[in-house]
Amino acid sequence: MATITYRDAIRAAMREALTNDPRVFLMGEDVGKYGGSYACSKGFIEEFGPDRIRDTPLSESGFTGAGIGAALGGMRPIVEIMTVNFSLLALDQIVNNAATIRHMSGGQFSIPLVIRMATGAGRQLAAQHSHSLEVWYAHIPGIRVVAPATIADARGMLAAALADPDPVVMFEHATLYGAEGDLPDKPPPVDIDRAAVLREGTDVTLITYSGSVPKALEAAKTLAESGIEAEVIDLRTLRPLDDETIMASVSKTHRAMIVDEGWRTCSLAAEISARITEQVFYDLDAPVGRVCSAEVPIPYPRHLEMAATPQPETIVAAVRKLVGVDE
Amino acid sequence: MTPDDLMATVKHALYDVAPELEDEDLAADRPLRDQTELDSMDFLNLAIAIHDATGIDIPEADYPKLQSLDDIVGYLGTKLH
Amino acid sequence: MPSLGADMDAGTLVEWLIKPGDDVHHGDIVAVVETDKGAIEVEIFDDGTVKSLEVPVGAKVPVGTVLARIDGKGEEKAPEAKPARAAPPPEPQPPAPVPPVAKPKPAAKAPAHVGEGVRASPVARKRAQELGIDLSGVEGTGPEGAVTLKDVEQGGPAAAKAPPKTAVARGIKPADMRKAIAAAMARSNREIPHYYVSLDIELTALSDWLAAENGARPVQDRLLLIAPMLKAVALALKEVPELNGQWQGERFVPMSDVHMGVAIALRGGGLIAPAIHGADQMRVGSLMAGLRDLTNRTRKGGLKSSELSDPTFTVTSLGEDSADSVSPIIFPPQAAILGLGAIRRRPWVHDDGLVVRPIVTATLGADHRVSDGRTGGRFLRFLADLLQEPSKL
Repeated sequence: MATITYRDAIRAAMREALTNDPRVFLMGEDVGKYGGSYACSKGFIEEFGPDRIRDTPLSESGFTGAGIGAALGGMRPIVEIMTVNFSLLALDQIVNNAATIRHMSGGQFSIPLVIRMATGAGRQLAAQHSHSLEVWYAHIPGIRVVAPATIADARGMLAAALADPDPVVMFEHATLYGAEGDLPDKPPPVDIDRAAVLREGTDVTLITYSGSVPKALEAAKTLAESGIEAEVIDLRTLRPLDDETIMASVSKTHRAMIVDEGWRTCSLAAEISARITEQVFYDLDAPVGRVCSAEVPIPYPRHLEMAATPQPETIVAAVRKLVGVDE
Repeated sequence: MTPDDLMATVKHALYDVAPELEDEDLAADRPLRDQTELDSMDFLNLAIAIHDATGIDIPEADYPKLQSLDDIVGYLGTKLH
Repeated sequence: MPSLGADMDAGTLVEWLIKPGDDVHHGDIVAVVETDKGAIEVEIFDDGTVKSLEVPVGAKVPVGTVLARIDGKGEEKAPEAKPARAAPPPEPQPPAPVPPVAKPKPAAKAPAHVGEGVRASPVARKRAQELGIDLSGVEGTGPEGAVTLKDVEQGGPAAAKAPPKTAVARGIKPADMRKAIAAAMARSNREIPHYYVSLDIELTALSDWLAAENGARPVQDRLLLIAPMLKAVALALKEVPELNGQWQGERFVPMSDVHMGVAIALRGGGLIAPAIHGADQMRVGSLMAGLRDLTNRTRKGGLKSSELSDPTFTVTSLGEDSADSVSPIIFPPQAAILGLGAIRRRPWVHDDGLVVRPIVTATLGADHRVSDGRTGGRFLRFLADLLQEPSKL
């Protein structure tokens, strides 16, 4: 057992993949000589060489397309797009090529591609660099979308993603890289199919993912002091969503609060809320609640950035109102 | 028909109209109204049931004479002879 | 799943009397449904061939759920409480795709519980049903007074308990019926602002007419006094439509057809008031036959769903050996009820002299949100006048 950071876990996962499978290679901006913009590939180019750790030009569309081509050709590329903000430039490649080629070729071709991206706000990187656009990807049939929020998932999800013959987009929240946690020396494999109940409770189900997971857990601790026991679900997989875990929990607690760093309108929270209404309406004791980002471009100054995004205090306040403790 | 036959017939007709009375110990000499919750509809049905069983038509004017089971049996007896 | 009462949310399908491929006709009994008023026969209002049965035996489904699909008129068999059917029994109505509606045309009726007005969360509603608790008696602590799960489980201070679900058996269970009626009566008394008007009515003409009629009729065709009285009430209601109809959601809908609810005493206590449809158009003899049939089926089991849900007005009569008058409680969703006391020979003024006549005290209880004392008084006057000319009934 060792205490490592999320970043260390990602790095260890990639090292293991590169070591075990010669088809795996990493490509992206600054992944080689710089060691990765978030230091996830530090030391890799020395260890695996420039053919397998490839610095790309500043062209997301270009190198994502190249990654798709490499996957078509039988490789197992890990394409690192620095952040979801820049992935917008590669959307056409992802949505119109990666997501569709299996379907449009009648199953003749598949794209065993993994795209890793950093996402989210909280580092004062201002409006253009603080998006949480996971829901845009979760909207697209043809790709899988995962969001590791724990050390164990940061370590284990990449292997499962690489094993998938179809494209997987993996979101790493920028504020999680420095998070620390324990991991066994031989970490067990994880799946990318199920959500996880991180904390059991009886009064409300907090449903969340990625960077909001630690915030929800902290909110749950605070709520417990008032006698409100929150069950916390880490979604882990955003497409497909694990309805079974969600509905089992909500039908037990009778109340749901979804914490989503995306903007409220047309959010992943909205999708989950609709599914809850469809599937467990008769078990609800209150309307499904959502804590999301305010409908503004994410601000730069710290206090405004905090105010615009979900925080433990706002989660606690929303739950207290939902449960009826506060007006 | 003997009075006993008539009583059996009347009781049978009564239980047809009000099955719950079969288990009760009805006094033959006390007015039925005092012992049961039969209403005017029940009495009409009873008159009809008795008519079906015996062919005897009880005119409405005679209804007040038929307070108890004994009254009914006695009345029917006179009609038969 | 039909609504068989203003407080019914769901029913259990206990027996199918049809199967896919069967031909069905308007008026056929197709299923038996268990409610807290007992087992009720469900009839169909269309002609056609059974295509599929959607709800299995034993399933409990909310009011409004499709129970079966019938090919024919392409219509779903979902006999929700239809407030008006201008079909005078016993003649079967010729098949029609849509039952004729009374004027004014009622809005498409949603399941009864939607119009109930009790704000409650879905799970609170579900638990209330499981526990047999009447939601309207539970105090809600949720937003805007909504009833929450906790409210139901801890029981509101005025929680009126409906009977627990008993084992499935055909026929009416008087104890359950009594409890359900008690709950409905309690609610009616709480929620409907009743006003009462009374009139003593002289019945010499009526009882003379009745004696003459019955003298000429074979025993099985004989009339009880209540039969011509019901006809008179029905005709009087046509003059005063504000008293005849049903509440639908937030408004009262007066109806031109009179579906007369007649209060029938159950053995062992309790009252139920199923309807004689189209009483205003029936001859007195048919009304009597209808009343006998209804009474038999009430006491022995076999009431139809429409008979419970369709009454637009109710008459309750105390019977011979009873009090002089009764101030009855309205059966929701109706807006009025007539109570008749025992008919007694009493002093009466005639041509400025004192005589003795058979008199009945008629008391109208009515919903003050829909009508007022003057209206009620007019109704009673019409009724009294009609009863003086029984041959015209």
